[in-house]
Amino acid sequence: MSFWAKLFYNYRRVLKALQLYILISGPGIIVMLADNDAGGITTYAATGAKFGYGLIWFLLLLLPVAYFVQEMTVRLGAVTKRGHAEAIFEAFGSFWGWFSLLDLLLVDWLTLITEFIGMTAALQIFHVPPWLTVIVVSIVMGLIALSGRYWTWEKIAFLFCALNLVYIPCAFLVHPSVSSVLKEGLYPHFPGGFNGEIFFFLMANIGTTIAPWMIFFQQSAVVDKGLHEKEIMWGQIDTLLGSFLTVLVAVFIVIVTGTVLKGMDISSADQACRALMGVNHLLGTLLAIGLFNAGFLGAICISLASSWAFGEVFGWAHSLNHRVEEAPWFYASYMATVVTAGLVTLIPGAPLVLITLFVQVIAVTLLPAALVFLILLLNDEETMGEYKNTRLQNVISITIVVTIVILSTLYAMSCLFPNLFK
Amino acid sequence: MRGRTKRTMRERFRRFLIRRFSRILEINRKYAIPRIKMTPLVSSSMLLLRLYLLFLVCVLFYKFYTLL
Repeated sequence: MSFWAKLFYNYRRVLKALQLYILISGPGIIVMLADNDAGGITTYAATGAKFGYGLIWFLLLLLPVAYFVQEMTVRLGAVTKRGHAEAIFEAFGSFWGWFSLLDLLLVDWLTLITEFIGMTAALQIFHVPPWLTVIVVSIVMGLIALSGRYWTWEKIAFLFCALNLVYIPCAFLVHPSVSSVLKEGLYPHFPGGFNGEIFFFLMANIGTTIAPWMIFFQQSAVVDKGLHEKEIMWGQIDTLLGSFLTVLVAVFIVIVTGTVLKGMDISSADQACRALMGVNHLLGTLLAIGLFNAGFLGAICISLASSWAFGEVFGWAHSLNHRVEEAPWFYASYMATVVTAGLVTLIPGAPLVLITLFVQVIAVTLLPAALVFLILLLNDEETMGEYKNTRLQNVISITIVVTIVILSTLYAMSCLFPNLFK
Repeated sequence: MRGRTKRTMRERFRRFLIRRFSRILEINRKYAIPRIKMTPLVSSSMLLLRLYLLFLVCVLFYKFYTLL
């Protein structure tokens, strides 16, 4: 074969692979970027403001953590063609099944409230009243879900994922010192020494990286998309790219707040946006748009995770490929979750801060169970066959899961007992 | 006429509840026996999980107790 023929052949091969990837990609990138939701943005903004670039190295460590956990859902979904809720019911019986399902519903609903808090706070910066935000967001979320096809929903979600990358140009607007970012950020150390406060921030960052809804969402999305065993590799690449992007966005948020707001105590993302507006109006505006988008992206994924899980267990039609009349319970549960969560944020004097803290505590009751079940299912040779976990994958995933369980439990404890690590 | 409509609504609601609960009982029957093979790894993991959840419940109760 001549050189040109070889080159053309390789070009066609790469092009085909790319086309295949574009067709298959989706759940991994969406779940990872949706993980940078309103709560995540707040955590990263507060981390940057408190410790500057000092904890960037720790965020980079979260890339493999996110990848190894979420990659398992791809294999499990593609091989079993079942969502995580149904897989738990089937493998571990109804007690653990109901426990996971009801806990998931509660965690998702509470997290959805925090997304609405983020969205209303972001738009209040532009003088949009919260009631208007809740109504418009609920209607738009309904319309997106009713688009009639998983493919359409996914492409709309991609649009919001692209908006999530707004934090990258924001970092260039603040002109950070690249040498400082590299010197302080990539050198593993604890700024100001290891103490209770830094430990709290480390735990909060881990807590925002792996959430229970992500496991349920990605596995159900893989099933709804119809991923086959032979396409698992593309699902893994998708998840890896998603993990990379989520960490990249987190790092850039830390760079923005670490450059402009260093030394400031940030308790909410909208507080960071307002403070940044005082320094650079465009920057504050972009961050506020980013905060709204993060809340919205998180909301469309979280509400779907619940509806998918319920549909799987109750045997309702539960695909975005179904029309409303074909899957009425699926869409009704989706809208009920969205509307009730939105309404809670509008209740005057609702304990929103308490709800935000409570999410962490309730999530910790579900996360270990979901992760342990994930590993056990991935080791079930009868179901997984050649796709079961290898010894190396088990060592890595068990280490990650044990670390996540310990740290997220300590984080929940510190939320319940604020003086525990002081 | 209004009374009949009210009765029909009540009857519909009753049937709806029966249907929902029967579905839950059906799910419980369907998944009564766990499919996964209870190897030492699986049973010890489940035991640890139960203990962990028990610990969390105790912590939450303690929190509520100290709040009151």
